Amino acid sequence: MSIDAHGIRKVFGAFTALDGVDLHVPQGKLVAVLGPSGSGKTTLLRIIAGLEFPDPGSGRILFHGDDVTDIPAGRRRVGFVFQHYALFRHMSVLDNVAFGLRVRRRRTRPSRATILERAHRLLELVQLDGLAGRFPSQLSGGQRQRVALARALAVEPKVLLLDEPFGALDARVRKELRRWLRRFHDDIQLTTIFVTHDQEEALEIADEVVIMNQGRVEQVGTPQQVYDRPASPFVYQFLGNVNVLRAPALAVASRGGGPAAQAVSDGRIYVRPHDIELTPHDAGGPGLSAIVRHIHAAGPHARLLLEQVQTREPVEVEISRSELSGLGLSVNDLVRMRLRQAHSFEEDYAI
Amino acid sequence: MLHARPDRAAPARATRDPIWVRRLLTAVALVFLAFFLVLPLVAVFAQAFEKGGAYFLAAIREPDALAAIRLTLLTVAIVVPANVLFGVAAAWAIGKFRFPGKSLLTTLIDLPFAVSPVIAGLVYVLVFGAQGWLGPWLIAHNIRVIFAVPGIVLATAFVTFPFVARELIPLMQAQGTDEEYSAVTLGASGWQTFWRVTLPNIRWGLFYGVILCNARAMGEFGAVSVVSGHIRGETNTMPLHVEILYNEYNIVGAFAVASLLALLALASLVLKSIVEWRQAVLR
Repeated sequence: MSIDAHGIRKVFGAFTALDGVDLHVPQGKLVAVLGPSGSGKTTLLRIIAGLEFPDPGSGRILFHGDDVTDIPAGRRRVGFVFQHYALFRHMSVLDNVAFGLRVRRRRTRPSRATILERAHRLLELVQLDGLAGRFPSQLSGGQRQRVALARALAVEPKVLLLDEPFGALDARVRKELRRWLRRFHDDIQLTTIFVTHDQEEALEIADEVVIMNQGRVEQVGTPQQVYDRPASPFVYQFLGNVNVLRAPALAVASRGGGPAAQAVSDGRIYVRPHDIELTPHDAGGPGLSAIVRHIHAAGPHARLLLEQVQTREPVEVEISRSELSGLGLSVNDLVRMRLRQAHSFEEDYAI
Repeated sequence: MLHARPDRAAPARATRDPIWVRRLLTAVALVFLAFFLVLPLVAVFAQAFEKGGAYFLAAIREPDALAAIRLTLLTVAIVVPANVLFGVAAAWAIGKFRFPGKSLLTTLIDLPFAVSPVIAGLVYVLVFGAQGWLGPWLIAHNIRVIFAVPGIVLATAFVTFPFVARELIPLMQAQGTDEEYSAVTLGASGWQTFWRVTLPNIRWGLFYGVILCNARAMGEFGAVSVVSGHIRGETNTMPLHVEILYNEYNIVGAFAVASLLALLALASLVLKSIVEWRQAVLR
């Protein structure tokens, strides 16, 4: 089922959580809503679920083209997984999963045996059937997460909404679980939105990424699109490391032409550390002179902190370790840098 | 908390007081408890049985004593459920929702703790008494509040009103609303959410509040004393009856009834410890 949001506004007192948000999530996709805390992403998710309502008259939520704005959460058929899972602490894992079926009206409620069978099947699906009798407090974070997922799926939702699904887990489990979620999504093909502040997570598993900032959508696109062609300085800085250089520097750097040449209009240019090429200073040719200030060579790549000679701006550069040894650089050496790919944006005059 | 870390032991030993200080502090605490709590309690039972078990039984079976016991139980039977209903409703509202006037409600719940029970009693006399605001109307309709059972119930309810709510508010605030929202997204109605999710989560806190409320309702003296009128066999609760017997130099009778009250209090304490122990085990 596809999800659409049109012109959603939500104000809490003096704080504008959502400032006219439009969103389209196609059927069966896994979409990440990515943004820093306070960007309104969780509020948006709760409004889609029906746990919050947009400000009166501001916008509509459509499921598969049908307006559900005024339908309460319980009848929207959404599976919602909370950041801290919100498992019912006094119920066993099995009872947690069966809850959604047991609270149905008698008319639509399956028989006891069917409910149990379905709950067990869901626990198998999330690989937890052996723990059906445990209580939430006896499970690890990753297990709780999967119980919450099974519980949400028990009501056969049309849409799955996950609020910071991996936020409360440690780094290793987080990596495992997000790959598992991707495979799981490929199996069940349920339209899924997950909210996260972790760009790596969003870029790794989502079909599409929606980047939010201060209650607005900054950019929507595939992970590659948003990473390679950020629509705004915010997106550029939010997705990975970036150097911000003043334009005069650029004039020298881009003398050889290339993609950076069009970027002069703006006062600043944005360039990622791995898009800078280093050559020996004596070799001459186009490029900017810089002094090596620090070399950090632990890990798969070498990270260098340079200081640009002209403007004294710090520049971070990432090159392979073999490149580094080929250059034979050490601290306080002069080096020439060239920008392989750089971006600029129209200056924002709205002050 | 329970993680045994080797480096924890060393600083603890370094800051530990000499043994005689610890012994002295413990002894002071024990002597204090013995003098001010245990001794009086023992005295109550010793006095009650001073003239033997038969005399004790006779003092309790006396019609006025039985009437006092009945009245106390009746009051408790009305007040405790009423305060459970109110306490759960107030804690639910305060713990789970944002609304204007919330902090005012929280403050009002504490009012009975701040006001002397005698004043609470007097307030009811001023409102419902013969010379009070509603007095003439009540007399005209032949409704008796002051110097009658309704007044005693009202005064007791006022004094015990914070116990359940105070116990539940921090608990419900700590538990937050995520589980309720979860239940709602899973299709549960408000009623189902309350019975299946909210209530089971607060049941031990609620039980604890009920025990405290019950103990206080049985023992309340000041507020009830003002509104009761001390009519023997009619408007005397157990604490009032004890006072009357004592003033009449019927020491054994007074202590016999007092020992019953003390026993109820002890039973409440035991129950309370069991609940606390259970909560500790569950955590």
